[in-house]
This record gives sequence, C-alpha cells and structure tokens, in this order.
Amino acid sequence: MAYPTDRKYTKEHEWIKVVGQEAVVGITDHAQESLGDIVFVELPKVGADLTAGSTFGTVESVKAVSDLYTPVSGTVTETNGDLATSPEKVNKDPHGSWMLKMKLKNPGELGDLLSAEAYEQFVAEEGGH
Amino acid sequence: MHLSSVETTPVVRKTALNAVHRQMGAKMVDFNGWDMPVEYPASIGCGIINEHMAVRTGVGIFDVSHMGDIRLAGPQALSAVQHISMNDAAKLAVGQAQYSALLYPQGTFVDDVIVHRLGEDEYLLVINAGTREKDFNWVRDNTRQFDCAVENLSDDFTQIAIQGPKGVNTLQKLTDADLGAVKFYWVTRGTVCGLKNILIARTGYTAEDGFEIYVPADETTSARVWNEILSAGKEFGIVPCGLGSRNTLRLEGKLPLYGHEISDTINVWEAGLDRFCKMEKPEFVGRTALEKAKDEGVKRTLVGLEMVERGIARDGYKVLDESGREIGYVTSGSPAPFLKKNIALAYVPPQFAAIGTAVKIEIRGQGVGAQVVPTPFYKRPKKAA
Repeated sequence: MAYPTDRKYTKEHEWIKVVGQEAVVGITDHAQESLGDIVFVELPKVGADLTAGSTFGTVESVKAVSDLYTPVSGTVTETNGDLATSPEKVNKDPHGSWMLKMKLKNPGELGDLLSAEAYEQFVAEEGGH
Repeated sequence: MHLSSVETTPVVRKTALNAVHRQMGAKMVDFNGWDMPVEYPASIGCGIINEHMAVRTGVGIFDVSHMGDIRLAGPQALSAVQHISMNDAAKLAVGQAQYSALLYPQGTFVDDVIVHRLGEDEYLLVINAGTREKDFNWVRDNTRQFDCAVENLSDDFTQIAIQGPKGVNTLQKLTDADLGAVKFYWVTRGTVCGLKNILIARTGYTAEDGFEIYVPADETTSARVWNEILSAGKEFGIVPCGLGSRNTLRLEGKLPLYGHEISDTINVWEAGLDRFCKMEKPEFVGRTALEKAKDEGVKRTLVGLEMVERGIARDGYKVLDESGREIGYVTSGSPAPFLKKNIALAYVPPQFAAIGTAVKIEIRGQGVGAQVVPTPFYKRPKKAA
C-alpha cells in the first residue's frame, strides 16, 4: 500500500505526524494487519516523559501482547480516550486513529526516522512477500 | 512494536490442506510442530473474532487433521480401552462416543481423548496433535496383555470439523446420511461429497453443535471436500476458522487444553473432571493413585475467572489474593469474543474457589481485579423441540 507522506515511520511500525512543536503518534496499517483484531490499548498518562526508543504502552490482539515504542523523546500532552472503548478503530483506520500526542523534546530525532517510501520498502523486505 | 515472523521452520509437519490455507491467505503458526492456520484474512471476512462469531451464530470449518487417531480392534478391545481410559467405555453402544482421558499411574494426564465405539469390538481414540506419538506408544505399551490390535491411523485421515448451529444444515447438503438421526456424541457412516463410507461424528471442541468428518488424506480429495463444504455453507455465512478461534471457542465452553488445564503434573480431581472418571470401574491405570488423592483432598482446583478491572489475563499470569500474595496461576486466558468479556481458567487453592471470590491478576507488574465466576462461561442455547 502507499503510506501517507505527511508523516514519518519507525521500524517498530509506529507513525509520527508533526504539527509545529507537537507530534501525533499511532501504528501503521502493516502493524494492525499483522496483529489482527485489536482488543486492548494501554497508553501512558498525560504528562509522562518519554525517551526515544523506549516503550510507552501496549497494544493487545486476541492472541498476543505487543509493546509500543516511542519514535522520539517528549512529554505526553493527550491520549486518545476513544481507544479504551473502541480499540477496533485502530484496525479500521490505523493512520487516522491516533494514540497519543506529545510535545517534542528534540525535533532533531525525527531525522533518524523512515520516510513513507523507506517504510514501504522495509515492510516489503521484512515480510519476505 | 516488534511483530513476530510468521515463517515456520522446514522441519515442521503439514496437513493435506496446508496449501489451501496458505492460498487463502491464512496467518500460519507452528503449533506443536505443525504448520497450522491461526486465522484467515479480514479481506475474506475472517479474523479470530469473525471466525468465533460465525461458529456461535452460523457455521465455521476447521482443519483438525493434525489430531491423532488410534484404532483398537479385537476380541479384547473393550478390556484394553477400559484399562487405559478413565471413563466407562462399557456404557458405549455401537456408534456412540464419550470424552475421557488416558492417565499415568499417578492419576495425572497422558492426554484427554474422545473414545468412539465404531463396531462390536472396534474403538477409535482421537487424541491431541502434540501428543500423537506419546499417546500411541502409551496405548500400545499398556495394552499388550489384551487380545487387541492397536493401529496408528493418524496419517490416514483429513479431519474436518464443521461447527455451529448451521453445521448440520451445511453438511446435510453433502451427505446421504440422515444427520437429524445422529444425536450429539454419536457417529454414523455415509457418503460425503461422493466419498463412500465416511465416518461422520457429532463431536467437536467449540461448545456448539457440529460434526467432524474423516476423509481420505490425499491432497486432492481433501481440498475438494474443504471447498465443497465452503460452497455448501455459503448461504449460512460459513467461514474457514483457525486455531485462534478454536482456542477462544473452547475456552468459553471451559473445554480443557492439554498442557494448560490438564498435564502430567495435574490430577483428575484438581482439573474438575470427576464426572468423566468412573471410579466404580474396578481397575484402570491411575485408579489407585486417584483413590488415595481423593482421601487426601485437593490442594488446588480449577476455577473460572472474569476480569472486573480493565485488563486481559493471559496464560501463565499469576493469580494474587486481595493483599497481593501469589496464590495460583492462569492456565488459559483471553478475550471472549461472544461473551465480550475477558475470561480465564486458573488453578487456585480451594479456599479461593467460591463463586464471587475477588482475586487479582498480575499484569505487567500490577494487580488487576478479577472474580471467580461459574463455568462453563458459555453454554449453547437448547434447540426448540
């Protein structure tokens, strides 16, 4: 699939869309498809300080628990309360269903992330499709 | 997140339908050395939750050919079965089946099994995939003293389960056997998809009505039968179902899974399978130990749990009392798609087994509230007369 070019991606299958000094984070279509039906999303508290590469929560499918990794460092400003009652929204619209919003600590870290094209290639190679 | 690879090693075993599952786009998993479908794609209306709901409301089909089949036949076949099986096979009429277990001398489980009486002196034991060889060796070694042939027929059959309230409607379109005359846990033979003398059993592992058929194991026949069933069930919303939904379905029905609720370190009383264990039989392997264990009383018992606070209890998670002290562990835990709750089975000391008892499940270092509930969690509705 063609991944939206308005954001960057990680090898852990998260996406991050920057709006000024703030960023919105979610998981990719490849992630939701691999996980299957998502039944539970656990997100950090507003105000939590996150460091790039560390885990910020979990997403659970019927069969498995998967960690969520923060693409960049920053402070959580908002989490998507919808996902507590309707986690399946992540399956239906992975690129529209955001998980958290954060104030960036070090925007320079964005340079380490993948473009849409690079992520598509990464997914194609990783899956061996 | 880290997404696990779905590649399986080349040494793994495959059923005759393996190519069909892959061609349908199923996500595959290594299950006890077998390359099996865990779920089929959302693009064809599948996924664990949809597959689960199809079985509860319509019909779904499963490839269960990985399970094993042991045939005991001969003048002393009944005596042989009675010696190794804890239930009472003497109660079986020809064409009748029962749930049972093979036990070690300590009264713990070799495996659980469905015993079918196929003829006057002929019995078929259907056993778990992961214990095929162990069970066959066990049965053969423990029945040498009986005039009875023991055969491993595991590779001879493709076994397909057709499960759900519309299972009977689906299969009836493909067979001349009168399925309405076959009661639950009885078997018959008939022509299925043009194949003569096919064993048709009204059995299953989903806590729904349904059938299991045993067809020849060549790939062409197996694929043809699979596809004909899918066509016949189309009007009832049939979907192919994998091991993922197989697990959530059996969990809702409190059906045990070997290696979880039952194992070689758990005895019949702890597992709560008393009603399948006929102590009035004078002799069977494990009876002596069970008699002693009954006198001593159980130190742990299997209970059903429902999450009360937000969270999902999973296999192996610790069960804590309200003060946070570890008291037991979860044997199987998962979201329940039909009940729309998060449920689990767990071993706890008897003093925590009363319905309504509050416990906690340790989830990523936190104690999350749950309570003991009656089981089975789900019971299929009784059909109107």
